[in-house]
Amino acid sequence: MLAIIDYGAGNTKSLQFALERLGVNSLLTSDADQINSADKVIFPGQGAAGSAMQKLKHFGLDQLISKLQQPVLGICLGMQLFCEHTEEGDVQGLGIVKKTVKRFSTEVKVPQMGWNSIHNLKGELFEGITDGAYMYLVHSYFVPNSTETVANANYDGSYSVALQKDNFYGVQFHPEKSSKAGSRLLQNFLAL
Amino acid sequence: MLSKRIIPCLDIKDGRTVKGINFVNLRDAGDPVELATQYALEQADELVFLDISATEQKRKTLADLVLKVAAAIDIPFTVGGGIRSVEDVSILLKNGADKVSINSAAVKNPSLINKLSEQFGSQCIVVAIDAKQIDGQWKVHLVGGKVPTELDLFDWAKEVEQRGAGEILFTSMDHDGTKQGFANNALARLSTEVNIPIIASGGAGTVPHFIDTFTKGKADAALAASVFHFGEISIPELKKQLNQQQLAVRIDEL
Repeated sequence: MLAIIDYGAGNTKSLQFALERLGVNSLLTSDADQINSADKVIFPGQGAAGSAMQKLKHFGLDQLISKLQQPVLGICLGMQLFCEHTEEGDVQGLGIVKKTVKRFSTEVKVPQMGWNSIHNLKGELFEGITDGAYMYLVHSYFVPNSTETVANANYDGSYSVALQKDNFYGVQFHPEKSSKAGSRLLQNFLAL
Repeated sequence: MLSKRIIPCLDIKDGRTVKGINFVNLRDAGDPVELATQYALEQADELVFLDISATEQKRKTLADLVLKVAAAIDIPFTVGGGIRSVEDVSILLKNGADKVSINSAAVKNPSLINKLSEQFGSQCIVVAIDAKQIDGQWKVHLVGGKVPTELDLFDWAKEVEQRGAGEILFTSMDHDGTKQGFANNALARLSTEVNIPIIASGGAGTVPHFIDTFTKGKADAALAASVFHFGEISIPELKKQLNQQQLAVRIDEL
């Protein structure tokens, strides 16, 4: 069973529909046992980091996520919360990746909104996806490049649009809204 | 590189598309879901649904439609038309809309922008602004451009940014329906005065109009209705020509 972590953050309907189009049923849940026993877990996110972390704590999920052993996919704010800290509201994240999430400078329009090309793709998540493929992004904060980076994009300089640390996979873009390339990425995650 | 977005706009009344649609390959041109699916296949980057119905069932009909669209397409879409409250927005986002667009309600009650962006995040709050020039001044208009206000376009744009809007959809009433090109001077000024993305709307007639609005008008995205609905401009062909002008556009290769 595939579990989508439900903590009241973001548009999970589109994600569920995208998985349905791939023939996969998902369980939207905030129950620790169900999340622990799932084959795979998706950690979505949208909105402000501070309120998202509060909600995770409210459901008692902040301690659980970093201990999961199965493949976990963090999407958008979900990926940012994998990090140790974010400048957005000066909030502590889950600390899976030892990075600080930063705000884009005023040299560019903020939020970045739209389709950006992704490059230097590494690993199974990007199997069959061409370097330069476009993915849909909406965000004001970004994860700087690091050893965990498995794809980057350019906006106000090069930054991390995908991360991998052990069984934790993070994507800044919305695969559920990124047409064929996004659908392929979800398929790759399901095949892990 | 972040690409320029091409956005077809669908007018919706009582759950059906209204503007005359003359689209090849469609069984039912009045079915918004079928039309949206077709546009997604043609690599539109985003869609806007503008609900112009005025019935009591409007909210429910629109929420049902949003759910069907979200199930069918894999590109982002925005929903607008008569949205007035946090509850209106909540149901549309819950049903799968990526963004909502507010217009008159924001002018009448500007703090609504703050409330919505605090609750749902700036990234899903688009403020639509209709404006036209009166004695050389760009003035904001309401009710589809029929009712003038005292608000200056640029002052209002800065205010909506400060209040937490994530994007501005600017329609020039002077250009809308003319097919003579977008309001590029006003658009370029908007882009220098605010630091959030701007969608250009009103005036699309030819491919060069799109090129101009992305270069001279500095627009981040361009929205149009009839040129796409009547097949006067095909989106793949438009993107090919934008690409030849060294403008970044998404051309799907996978």
